[in-house]
Amino acid sequence: MTENTNIATEAREDWMGLLARAPDDALMSLWDGIQNRPSFEWLRSPEVGGVMVRGRTGGTGAPFNLGEMTVTRCSVVLQDGTVGHGYVQGRSKPKAEAAALVDAMMQTSAAGELQAQLLDPLHQQMQAAKTARAAKAAATKVEFFTLVRGED
Amino acid sequence: MYVAVKGGEKAIENAHTWLAEERRGATDVAELTLAQIREQLSLAVNRVMAEGSLFDPDLAALAIKQARGDLIEAIFLIRAYRTTLPRFGYSNPVETGEMACDRRISATFKDAPGGQVLGPTFDYTHRLLDFKLAADGEIPEAPQGPARQEPTPHITEFLKGEDIIQDEPASDETPGDLTREPMEFPSNRPLRLQSLTRGDEGFVLGMAYSTQRGYARNHAFVGELRIGKVVVEMDIPELGFAIDIGEVELTECETVNQFTGSKTEPPQFTRGYGLVFGQSERKSIAMALVDRALRWEELGEDNLGAPAQDEEFVLSHADNIQATGFLEHIKLPHYVDFQSELELVRKLRREAEERITQKEAAE
Repeated sequence: MTENTNIATEAREDWMGLLARAPDDALMSLWDGIQNRPSFEWLRSPEVGGVMVRGRTGGTGAPFNLGEMTVTRCSVVLQDGTVGHGYVQGRSKPKAEAAALVDAMMQTSAAGELQAQLLDPLHQQMQAAKTARAAKAAATKVEFFTLVRGED
Repeated sequence: MYVAVKGGEKAIENAHTWLAEERRGATDVAELTLAQIREQLSLAVNRVMAEGSLFDPDLAALAIKQARGDLIEAIFLIRAYRTTLPRFGYSNPVETGEMACDRRISATFKDAPGGQVLGPTFDYTHRLLDFKLAADGEIPEAPQGPARQEPTPHITEFLKGEDIIQDEPASDETPGDLTREPMEFPSNRPLRLQSLTRGDEGFVLGMAYSTQRGYARNHAFVGELRIGKVVVEMDIPELGFAIDIGEVELTECETVNQFTGSKTEPPQFTRGYGLVFGQSERKSIAMALVDRALRWEELGEDNLGAPAQDEEFVLSHADNIQATGFLEHIKLPHYVDFQSELELVRKLRREAEERITQKEAAE
């Protein structure tokens, strides 16, 4: 039972993280394509706030406060009582709403369909963008070579 | 002293309207969109986010547009907006070792694992104006290589094995937050880093430069400079676990500084640290140099009386919003202040003249 809960938590961390990091337009255009959106009530209507981002001295040492980032959050409850939370980067309330509804629906029988129609394509898009940047960075990696020294 | 004076409302209103018109410029030129500013003036956006101390590229772009490109004014707008946001909490410290690096160079190790990755740098450009940009130009697509899948390790990790570089042991200590508690001196390294990362780039650069020119020289090498995105994670109370809440672009600089040892520390390399929002390379190198200079006391070095060693001097003057606020307030009406000064100078003048007259009469 504990293990199942852990697996469920891990999966939930994954989709919530993906939704939080997703570019607004990518998420919203996929969300617009989802049929059968459930009706819901707000537990907490969307609000924009700040989170203080921390770093560590020397990269590994004591924490320090680096600066804030904008975050929008909200919570919804579906008619069957399933609760979904949305925490997304930026100030888009529709994005937070979509994230909370996806979080709730992923805990219901709609999960499989939503995974295939929204989370998987979103993950692929974001991964492709990340890989493209990494590939451009790789092309700027210096290949050193040593010239023959004229000592003889 | 200020005094309430009525009047000027109409003049102020008209000034604002004219400001809006001047901001727009000639209407036969297309208006800038926020997306254009965000995408094409991204280093200005980065600076506004770093010194405004709020990571939100769209807001920074809006601030730059509203401020007509005056970056300190834009930073002011962001700082003001920031204070209106409810604080949801504090993130877990970001893992810069997991950064997806666009750029990663070391001036100390040629063959560092992960390599020297130049990224989109100005470094090897010839600083000649490119007139092609004055016309609409097609740009070639950037070449791609085999993308690195694994994270790039920090360079200082390789020196640690030899115990020849000062360690940065992890802790879970809660750092002070200067947005919540005013700075007090002496402060500590976490607070100094918070202050420096939002400090004025020009000021921090000038301070760092002074250490290079000999005012508390600390022999810095750029051990590593990396730019890229890191994930931000936060504990969510209602969930009971941590999730990613977003991703920020950061520039991190670690300097490796020669250190011949002191009364308390053996000869070793010491470190300075810079971490700044966005692609902000000059700022993060400067931050690392100033951080190192300010560590003189903990490393048992001598206080040479250099400005960059004086944390009260550095930290009290690094914030361009505090500085500009105090500087610019002197242009606001000081009529009563000045009236009293005027009376005083007239009185002194009268007395001086009387003394001269009396002296002449006596002779």
